[in-house]
Amino acid sequence: MNLIARLFSSKHSTAVHKTSGGINPPPFKEHSLRSQIMPTPLPEELWLSLMQRDGKSLETLVSVGDLVLKNQLIATPTTTYGVPIHAPTSGQIKEISAKHVVNSFAEPQLHIVIAVDGQDKVEPLQAVTQYQSLSAFQLIEKLHDLGVANVGGIDLPTSGKLNLAMQSKTQLLIINACECEPFISADEALVREKADQIVSGAEILQQANNAEKCVVAIENNMPDAISALKLALANSSIELVLIPTKYPAGGERQIVQAITGKEVPSGGVPSDINILVQNVGTAYAAYNAIVIGQPCISRITTLAGTPLKTPKNFEVLLGTPIPFLLELCGNDERTHESTIVGGSLMGVTLFDDNVAISMTTNCVIAASPEWFPDLPAELACIRCGNCADVCPAKLLPQQLYAFSRSQDSENLEYQNLSDCIECGACSYVCPSNIPLVQYFRASKATQLAQVQQTQLSEYWQERYQYNKYRLKKDKEESKERKARLIKNRSTKTDFDDFSKSKAKIDIAAAVSRVKKRKTESALKKIQEARDDTGKPQT
Amino acid sequence: MEAPFVNTTAATYLMVSVTFLFGLYALAKTYNWIKNRSKQERLLVDKINQLLPQTQCGQCGYEGCRPYARAISQGEPVNQCPPGGIETIVKLTTLLNDQVKTLNPAHGEFEVLKVAVIREDECIGCTKCIKACPVDAILGGPKLMHTVIEAECTGCDLCVDPCPVDCIDMVPALTNIQPGWSLPDNLNSLHNSFGRQP
Repeated sequence: MNLIARLFSSKHSTAVHKTSGGINPPPFKEHSLRSQIMPTPLPEELWLSLMQRDGKSLETLVSVGDLVLKNQLIATPTTTYGVPIHAPTSGQIKEISAKHVVNSFAEPQLHIVIAVDGQDKVEPLQAVTQYQSLSAFQLIEKLHDLGVANVGGIDLPTSGKLNLAMQSKTQLLIINACECEPFISADEALVREKADQIVSGAEILQQANNAEKCVVAIENNMPDAISALKLALANSSIELVLIPTKYPAGGERQIVQAITGKEVPSGGVPSDINILVQNVGTAYAAYNAIVIGQPCISRITTLAGTPLKTPKNFEVLLGTPIPFLLELCGNDERTHESTIVGGSLMGVTLFDDNVAISMTTNCVIAASPEWFPDLPAELACIRCGNCADVCPAKLLPQQLYAFSRSQDSENLEYQNLSDCIECGACSYVCPSNIPLVQYFRASKATQLAQVQQTQLSEYWQERYQYNKYRLKKDKEESKERKARLIKNRSTKTDFDDFSKSKAKIDIAAAVSRVKKRKTESALKKIQEARDDTGKPQT
Repeated sequence: MEAPFVNTTAATYLMVSVTFLFGLYALAKTYNWIKNRSKQERLLVDKINQLLPQTQCGQCGYEGCRPYARAISQGEPVNQCPPGGIETIVKLTTLLNDQVKTLNPAHGEFEVLKVAVIREDECIGCTKCIKACPVDAILGGPKLMHTVIEAECTGCDLCVDPCPVDCIDMVPALTNIQPGWSLPDNLNSLHNSFGRQP
């Protein structure tokens, strides 16, 4: 297989640069690649998460009991971190309730629950016939409205990434088809079957940010996908680049380094060096959105793992519950111990299987004890340095581990913890069974919380100072106003001297009257007292 | 014996001028010292202020966080800030080379971050809470309903007492801070053990 790949790669002369670190775990992709991508039957319910990346909620456009059609817009974002949701099939809104999400530490989030009616009634689509005539901004807007999100990594709207790329002049657009993590074969299956659509999608994305050049990067261990791509690229200006197989070759930073030899700056994004990386899944979704007019309502997801009788790649409607998919593949409950969302190295083990497929769910693994045993006891770090050898970000995991244990945030920052891509290569090679990535994820979470807290308290401080300033200003203003009022009043009364003097006389008269009464009563009292003392005490 | 020749006038002039110059020098020095000291003090107050949680709740006995920071720089104990909890105390003591103390219970106990919520049906529009708010987080006018801008509320509790109809509740804040991964102790199952020998 590898030999064929090498023969292929010799034809394409784009030089590939060396990337640091990496491991070569067993791929486990062949089982799910045996069959073609299959659409799933309609599940009974769909659970669509309303969570945005910034923790806020999308705005729902439907209420409980409403009937919705397929492709109908049912929720819109409130900030730039959200993606609009379209109904994946027709049905009735059953409820809007809290359900579990993949991140087990997060509180259950609000989901729209659609009770599927099975009729799949469609709202008519509006395709763009001549997308070549559209400007980049029009394309980006259209992609945003149709809910196209980055399907690899973080489910931010693609429009955000494209807008960011527009600000810096993009020289190179990389369509990422490297799928290096064991068990995941969704991208490979997609490229194998939909190569033409992906190429059109890549052209759309290129037009959407005026990139000078576009390449499709694919790992050299996917011969079927490579030959399909070659056919599709025959009449296109887009180039094909074969990347040597290793994990993690498909990371955004790794792929940029492999193709250009440049490193993405620490804490930055590829746009900082005028490069944009998009997943093949995103290119496919862009094709569907622009050429067919189809909103993003489904994605390709791999179902893998030894407990499944027929592991497969499915074209899954977003919001499909994971237990439904596992059942569809003939899940053997005896060997199925836990479910992992994502690949075998970066994926997250679910506490509760009742989680829905989202835009970023590229793989669901039914884990068996054979390949995912109970983690052996963590031993002491022997400082062998294996982790530093395999780290693709050139960090020192053993140092980070020590500082994570002692919660030393200053040193963690000094060791560039934020550059860790959480690939899990260090944990994979650790002879002492230390779950290093979990330490780093925990430390990152604390770091983030600290940063957010500092931002919040800085804001409060600012508000407090403004409040003090405002109070002072208000006081001064009211003093001024009073002074002005008095001045106005005195000038007014100057015209009315007569009444003023009259008032004076009146007041004086009243005062003298009171005085008179007082002296009279006092005299009376004295008189009475005299009378009292004058009387005999008998 | 003849007295030595001394030009008394010149000597007087000299002494007076020397004394004057010295006086000037001393004045300049003192002025400089005072200026520097106040600058350094201000820097220290800034540093302390940055460690305080900025809820402006006044539970420490001072008007806000910055006044308390100034008081700390002049020797006030650091354990009077309930919203900051033990974390703030530890940070302050490391900054000031002081000994760690527990929170002084006279000033209150540590609580999770809260926000004020006005029960809007019951609000009579008296504007008393608006005047009490240290960060201008309450909106409203006389005889009109008031409401709290949740994102700006520090949860300082200062609006609760002035309210004549008791229509303000303090509820736990929904922060944007998502709970993330925790260190592996009892949650080992979340980490993938792919490739490990059982």
